[in-house]
Amino acid sequence: MAAREGTYGLLAEFETPTQLVHAAENAYAAGYRRMDCYTPYPLEEAAEAIGFHQNEVPLLTLIGGLLGLGAMFLLETWISVWSYPLNIAGRPYFSWPAFIVPAYEWTILWSGLSAAFCMLAVCGLPQVYHPLFNAPNFRSGATSDKFFLCLESSDPKFEVGETRSFLEGFAPVSVVEVEY
Amino acid sequence: MATKEPQINDPMIDARTGEYREVAPGHTFKSVTEKISRIVLTPHTPLGWYFGFVLAGGFVGVLLTAVTWLFLTGVGIWAITIPVAWGFAIVNFVWWIGIGHAGTLISAILLLFKQRWRNSINRFAEAMTIFAVICAGMFPLIHVGRPWLGYWLFPYPSTMNVWPQFRSPLLWDVFAVSTYATISVVFWYIGMVPDLGTLRDRAKSKPAQFFYGFLAVGWRGSVRHWVRYESASLLLAGLSTPLVLSVHSVISFDFAVALMPGWHTTIFPPYFVAGAIYSGFAMVITLAIPIRKFYHLEDLITMRHIDNMNKVMLATGLIVAYGYSTEVVMSYWYSASHWEYFMMWNRMFGPMGWSYWVLITCNIALPQLLWSRKLRQNVAFTFIMSLIINTGMWFERFVIVVTSLYRDYLPSSWGTYRATKWDYATFVGTLGLFTFLFFLFIRFLPMIPMSEIRMMLPQAKVRPEAEPQLEAGD
Repeated sequence: MAAREGTYGLLAEFETPTQLVHAAENAYAAGYRRMDCYTPYPLEEAAEAIGFHQNEVPLLTLIGGLLGLGAMFLLETWISVWSYPLNIAGRPYFSWPAFIVPAYEWTILWSGLSAAFCMLAVCGLPQVYHPLFNAPNFRSGATSDKFFLCLESSDPKFEVGETRSFLEGFAPVSVVEVEY
Repeated sequence: MATKEPQINDPMIDARTGEYREVAPGHTFKSVTEKISRIVLTPHTPLGWYFGFVLAGGFVGVLLTAVTWLFLTGVGIWAITIPVAWGFAIVNFVWWIGIGHAGTLISAILLLFKQRWRNSINRFAEAMTIFAVICAGMFPLIHVGRPWLGYWLFPYPSTMNVWPQFRSPLLWDVFAVSTYATISVVFWYIGMVPDLGTLRDRAKSKPAQFFYGFLAVGWRGSVRHWVRYESASLLLAGLSTPLVLSVHSVISFDFAVALMPGWHTTIFPPYFVAGAIYSGFAMVITLAIPIRKFYHLEDLITMRHIDNMNKVMLATGLIVAYGYSTEVVMSYWYSASHWEYFMMWNRMFGPMGWSYWVLITCNIALPQLLWSRKLRQNVAFTFIMSLIINTGMWFERFVIVVTSLYRDYLPSSWGTYRATKWDYATFVGTLGLFTFLFFLFIRFLPMIPMSEIRMMLPQAKVRPEAEPQLEAGD
């Protein structure tokens, strides 16, 4: 964990996605690893460029769904066979075909909730504070029409002067030093 | 169909494909963002909005009055009795939940099929789903007579040592509808988080910044987040697809599992699902046409959308027509059952036969006009057609519920059904509630997903060689 003072990183602003991806690819090739791109819409190429591949969401969704399925089916079985057995039109207590419908719905319910909330959780959201919002140009652009590359100071290769001139080589609109 | 004889000088038509564009040409990331966020962030609420909001609010008042009187008096104020024990409440329940299904179809199934045109209409179609499910969910709850005991439907360890009975479709309904409501809200909200971030960053007033900032949970557009966000969206779409098909199937089991002529048929699940999508698309059109006019969104909700939605209505309408004819063939000929035969004869030519013919006219006969491309691209005609189909689909449920029940096996127990003023007040009240919520939604939340529209613009693509930026703007 980096110290929560001083410089968070250098933020370069670009006009087009092409420029951003070009800069990000070069930064990765130059050995930078602790960095991130900020785009107003999903840009897969940028994620590729910074070497981001891990995505835990599908696995967590599967686990959530299986837990929902198991929980509801076991609950139905326990209720109908042991806790409160009722003779309904002569059907067996363990009428598993009838139990499928609620179990199916709960599979979807719990996998959907897992997909949504695990996605937020692995992204570290909700987050009340992030240093990038201190940059004067970040809020007006990142969620609207500009493309940002941030090289973070926690990267061993990071050195303010050198990194700044490295970023300026890609002709960004601006390079801003972001404070914690 | 739209590929023939394109009018080349119309800027809304793509010269390469001859089809209407999904987004008007010349838009940039900034113009899209501004156009959509201005509707929400403007300090000047249009007068028309206040007018509609107050009018809808008046109907919410009607609903509250009807429901209050119902709680004080009991379900006896409705026309339900023996033999027609399920009246307007169930008709409205099925109708509303069916309307909701188009929202999920647009947001989930069309996403999986990579139908890009869905992007501009999916947000408010999903909102429509949620508000329709709110209206729908209310009916079974108030229909149980003592809604304050509604929680008895859920399995929980009670001191009475009583548990629900899992072999009943009515209990399956509880799980299907509650899951559907939850997942629809979650899908809608997750899809909105990046746009809420945009609104947070563009809001000028403190309360707006706080409100959108709170809802945006700190979204900052990191590509690491986008990757996970995209996979969560796809997963939610993949999960909503079987969900939406199962929900209306389960609702059709409420009827199909019962041993009642007119209900006990295996065609119900597919035909209920098709009917749901049919009425839902009609409702999307009913909402989209005034909104695009009022907020000048013709650039983003184009003729392409209206044409495509009309085609979906035509297709699902034909599936529904197939369902109706199957029912007739089964009852008149294949079942060889006197009771089935009589039910169908009575449904068509009995004292309430008029409702069957209203249904056939609205759902099958008139929608055939949609085969004409000219009419499909006529906004006023489309709007009227959507209202006709919504009426027809309401009558479909009325026919299923009432005309199957009012003359059963014993002529001595035959009856009729005439809705009371409280039945009408509750139904009209839910129309008001739906509109009321929709007015709140279009005023306070982004009704068109900005991030998805940005993705559709030509300049959103990364070009293979670096720096050829001059081509931006198509």
